[in-house]
Parts: sequence; C-alpha cells; structure tokens
Amino acid sequence: MRRFGYLAPKSVSEAVSVLAEHAAVAKVIAGGTDLVVQMKDGVRRPEVVIDITGIDELRLLEERDDGLHLGALVRMGEIETHPLIIEKYPILVDSAKLVGSKQVRNLATIAGNTCNASPGADTPPALIALDAQVHVLGPRGPRVVPIDRFFVGPGRTVLEPGELVTKFVLRKAAPNEGAYYERHTPRKELDIAVVGVGAWVRLNGETIEDARIGLAAVYPTPLRATEAEAALRGKPFGQAALDAAALAAVAQARPISDVRGSADFRRWLIDVLVRRAVTNAVARARGGGPRAGETH
Amino acid sequence: MLKERVGHATVTIRCVVNGVERTVTTVPNRTALELIREDLALTGAKEGCGTGDCGACTIIVDGRPVNGCLLLAPMLDGKTVLTVEGVARGGKLHPVQQTMVEMGGLQCGFCTPGFVVTAVNFLEHNLNPTEEEVRVAIAGNLCRCTGYSKIVDAILEAAKRMREGEGR
Repeated sequence: MRRFGYLAPKSVSEAVSVLAEHAAVAKVIAGGTDLVVQMKDGVRRPEVVIDITGIDELRLLEERDDGLHLGALVRMGEIETHPLIIEKYPILVDSAKLVGSKQVRNLATIAGNTCNASPGADTPPALIALDAQVHVLGPRGPRVVPIDRFFVGPGRTVLEPGELVTKFVLRKAAPNEGAYYERHTPRKELDIAVVGVGAWVRLNGETIEDARIGLAAVYPTPLRATEAEAALRGKPFGQAALDAAALAAVAQARPISDVRGSADFRRWLIDVLVRRAVTNAVARARGGGPRAGETH
Repeated sequence: MLKERVGHATVTIRCVVNGVERTVTTVPNRTALELIREDLALTGAKEGCGTGDCGACTIIVDGRPVNGCLLLAPMLDGKTVLTVEGVARGGKLHPVQQTMVEMGGLQCGFCTPGFVVTAVNFLEHNLNPTEEEVRVAIAGNLCRCTGYSKIVDAILEAAKRMREGEGR
C-alpha cells in the first residue's frame, strides 16, 4: 500500500470538515473490505484515509415512524443476525448474508457496499426494493438522494467530493407487503452475483397494488427495473403478471458477457429470478414464503 | 515523489492481544495482519490471498472473526484481539486444536490457524452444531489439501468434547 495520512474523526461534523479539507485526495474507510484491496492493487491511491468507524452516531439501527433507519456503519453481519430485521425486513438478510464470507461480513458495512458502487453488489437491489433514501452530509449541508438515483456508473456515485453517507432510511414494513432477494452464483459463499434480483410488493387481495424491483449485475449500475414494476402494478398476481414483468426486466437490462456468464445467460437468469423474486415477495406478503436468508 | 502529507504520518496503536496490552507506533499504510505478524511476532495468522477470500489470516477482533488482511493496522486501536497463539490455555491445547491434530484435520497446515480461530469462535456461540452449520461457519476459510471432511469431523468432535465438560 502506498503511504497515506490517517485521520480518525470522532463525530460526523468533524468527519465532514476533515473530508471537505482533503476532498480531492481523501477516501473514507468504513469496513475496508473493498477499499483496502483496491489500495493494495493501486486502483485507488488516497493521500488521506479518513476512518469513520469511531463515530458512534453512524451505528444507528432502529425502526421509527418514517421507516427503518440504518446508519452508514451497520455491518452485514449485524443485519443478518438482527432480530428486528429478520422478522420485518427479511430481504435485507437475504442480501447481506450473501456478501463475502462471515469474516468479510463482520467488517463490511451497508454504506460501503453502496458507495463502492459495484454493479453486482448484493445489497443495492434490496435497498431499491425497499425504496431506501440515502442521507448525505457535505460541505454544503445535508441532502437526501433516492437509492435509484445514487449510482452513476461502475464504482461511481452522485457523492460530491467531501460528502459522506450518514444513513439510509427504508420504507417501513407494513402488512400485505413483502420483499425477497435472490442471486445466482456457482457457489454459495465468497462469490459475486451473475445476476441478482430484489423485489418488493404490496398486495390488495389478489392484486399487486405496488411493486419495486432492483437488479444486480445486468447494467453499469444497480438497476431499478421500472418497466417490470409497471407491468405488475394493478395486475392480479399470477402467470400473466410474472410473464410481463420478466419480459420487461429482460428488455430494460443491458447485461455484458464476462468471466461470470454471457449476456444471453444473464437474460435467462433475469427471466427466472424476476419470477422467483416476485413470487417469494408475494408469499412473504401473505405471511409465508422463505425464511429470512433462505434463498437457495 | 515528495509531497506534504496531511493526516497522521504515524499512528500509535494500543490494543489487547491474547490478553496482553500492546502498544505499537507505526505508519498507517499497513494491515492488522502485517502488524500482528511483523511487529508483534505472532506468525500464526497467515497471509494467503491478501484479498479476504481465503481466511488464512482470520483473527478475532472484539469477539468477531475478521480477515486481518483487510483491516488497516490503525483500526486495531482500542480493540481486543485473539490470535491462534492465544487459543491454548495453560500449556493445554484447545479442544479444537486437539481434535484437528488427532483426526488429521490438516495436511500442509497453512490454513489451519484460520480454521482454528474461526471454529473456536463459532463454538463459543453454538456448542451443539449440525454438520451443515459447521460447514457454513467455515465457509470463509479455504483449504486446498483436505477436502474439508476431516476438518468438519474435528470441529464436531471438539463440540462434543466441550459439551461433555472439556475445554476452557
């Protein structure tokens, strides 16, 4: 690793001010599971590393009236074992449990998995499904960015130099709603999605009143499959709705061929996984479906 | 290229490693694994891949197994660390170490320290695991020699002995 200066601010305001001061040459470290590897490879060469792990206010994890508040530093390992999340937000368990290995999940954070902005990251589709609002603080004050507008390209987000993600606020769980994430990988752990699909639905009897779908590894960014959502809205849940949603998601995706799979294979996977994710989201909305994290 | 550097060029790290308070002053651009192996001379944890994929560098930080190769050294400040060197008690091997030896849970041995600390930590949370639970627990540790069967058997046997009152 190239040499860098190290700073460990103890409050969000201190973090924002040191980050603003060194914006052009600084990187924020939370878990480090992506950044440290990138620094070893020389892909990223910050002159200053700002360690935010000493800031307790970023560890927030609680449900409030306006939704589930997840601080930037909430770890994957916390998400997968947290009773409230297991009970009410199982899609977060589905996705967090698939990141890296146990050792990686004990370091990796929700903000890190988002800000690293890998098109194939597992938690962004779940955050898209739950309509996460990203709370950002910077030199010009706070702002809130909807998750589906947060990503710009591979490894790139809307964050301006000097800005820091402080928390995510997710749509509060409600009766008649359910969400589910699944990815396809050759192995169960320590792998990266060939395709991942997260789906959220609100039911009114047999009708899908509302839906949100997020896709991983099929586009330069995590993708909100708006066309697939539109194909579901107001339709009775069943074969016709699933056909239409799968077709729309495949059409909206722009998968590439790479070491993990061909573009054609990925289109097949989108078709299969959109059907499966919506079906399991509906099952959860009805009070059944797979247990949290049981996505194989 | 000489540039005026911002932030701390050196850091002083105070942490408790295997029950002993340690203080190290070093440059920040090092990993926890490098600090532990080079500065503290605890060479049990190994650098396999350096990218968090193999688990050979697993150490327990504040009660949780993590990849030492992914953690920056300065981030150990204020933490409590357990390495494989701290697992045995009073000259007696931990049941996990004992069963790994007895049941041939290793061949070349390079991955063994990582498996041992992962398993020791796992059994602290689950003393009555199924085989599937053991396999999931060690999914972050790769072994290129054994095929895992004997490692899994050794961990299950260690759990049994610990339930029967052996151990710490």
